[in-house]
Amino acid sequence: MKLSDRAEAMLAGEMGPARQWAVKHQIQIGRMFDARDMVEVSQAHMMADPESTGEAGVKLVEAFAALPEDQRTVAIPMITDPRGVDLNYYDPLGQTEAMANLERRFILACRAMGIVMTNTCINYQTVMPPVKGDHVAYGDTGVVIYSNSFCGARSNFEGGPSALAAGLTGYTPRYGLHLDENRMATKRYVIEKTPGELTEWGVLGAVIGRLAGSYWEVPVVEGIDRVPTSDEAKHMGAAMASYGSTPLFHIVGVTPECNGLTDVNGSNLPAERVTEKDVAALRGSFGAVGEKVDVVVFAAPQLSLVEMQSVANLCRGKTKHRDTSMLVCTPASVYVDAKNAGYIEDIENFGARVLQGTCFYQQYAREIGEANGWTRLLSNSTKIVNILGGYGYKPALASMVECIDAAVAGEIV
Amino acid sequence: MSQVFRCHVGIGPAVEGEALVANDNFSARYDLDRIQGVFSRPQHALAGQSYVDKILVLNTAKGGVATAWMLYEMVSRGMAPGALLLNTANTILAQGAALAEMPLCDRFEDGDITALIKTGDQLSVDPALGQVTILNG
Repeated sequence: MKLSDRAEAMLAGEMGPARQWAVKHQIQIGRMFDARDMVEVSQAHMMADPESTGEAGVKLVEAFAALPEDQRTVAIPMITDPRGVDLNYYDPLGQTEAMANLERRFILACRAMGIVMTNTCINYQTVMPPVKGDHVAYGDTGVVIYSNSFCGARSNFEGGPSALAAGLTGYTPRYGLHLDENRMATKRYVIEKTPGELTEWGVLGAVIGRLAGSYWEVPVVEGIDRVPTSDEAKHMGAAMASYGSTPLFHIVGVTPECNGLTDVNGSNLPAERVTEKDVAALRGSFGAVGEKVDVVVFAAPQLSLVEMQSVANLCRGKTKHRDTSMLVCTPASVYVDAKNAGYIEDIENFGARVLQGTCFYQQYAREIGEANGWTRLLSNSTKIVNILGGYGYKPALASMVECIDAAVAGEIV
Repeated sequence: MSQVFRCHVGIGPAVEGEALVANDNFSARYDLDRIQGVFSRPQHALAGQSYVDKILVLNTAKGGVATAWMLYEMVSRGMAPGALLLNTANTILAQGAALAEMPLCDRFEDGDITALIKTGDQLSVDPALGQVTILNG
């Protein structure tokens, strides 16, 4: 892989061991994916909850943070994905002091490196959305698929270590979705019915993700007859990325790189129908009417201000069932606006708890489930019900309205 | 006679070990109980089986970015697979393998690697060469 003079200097260790580690990491990835050179990126976004990093990952970042300022400071604006512990509310969830301390250490290390703790997986709704053609190094599958598909930005899935490397160097290897040819459609799906509310968008995304089935497939979707809202697009993308490891898709007439099929070389692809039966089958695998609900979760992705308003409106004047818990995850920036608008009060008077800067599945879901006796989990997130089966939960899926009704009744209605 | 499979240049050092094979996919977050060292998602083809020190042979990577940190964390506790062989890896697995120094290979020339290798086969994996050998073949 061809390196710039600056990257060569980093590789030689002239800019300290952190940047040297970063370039070495990027060379390995570049070699695996046949990158010719590196591309400059304008932002990096790092997923690094303590459950994933463990002690080992935190120690790695602490070692970088202990270097002199010119060697440890990131080269480009760099932000973070949700944390694993809301330091204002962890003991009641059954999270331990050890978990919180790991979190505190990681935050200190990131701050020393100049990383901004935005703690959000909806930075495209809250921090700084990328623009069309913008090369970025984003580290959350939902963020990447939204930014590629709806913003026209260019990012691969950059896991925590690679986002960190990109932050330190200001580059990423030029492979995958940084290249025009890999952004062309490879699978073509024709849908029967445009989804309605958020969960329907999520389920459609999941069906397409599961059909596409690989990071290297790019679906193009026909038959969507209206422009989705940002939140609908968010749920569709997050679910598609979760079920299919899909980083980019196009919707004919909606997404910025696809005014028509020919823009994405889609005309000659065989069209596969996605029927209402396919959608119902996926949804049916997470259905459970009449069963008790231990916890209702709104997360994955974190809620936007508009979603916070919707939840608050549904909660206002009602009280949740005493045997059912409810958690709502949103970034701290949205929390402030939601508090000013009175939404936090509405949600908490209902009996639910709003967590700041976390996302349920990234916050020791197994341990908090065991500590609280939560097994039967209900959510409107098609993504989260996909993840939590492996964490010992029996997840079920319902719309936002149905989730609140279930929280009131204590069972799935 | 040993059987040799060629693949794309991979990541990490050369190793030998025993294969654990399934025609299913891989995500450290979705599929594993990383404390016990077993596949924990009930729907996974390897549910209940230990992956520790095994050379996992699976179809593709799926799900989120967490695997990129988790492989390193698993290696630090000695509770990791010995290597990963896939038909197609994604970027996250590659990044995780690089940080963890865990051997990873994909894109095999002879076809579906989950059909070519059987559970229990003794394998030699050389990512730099892009080569996997069944030693008991």
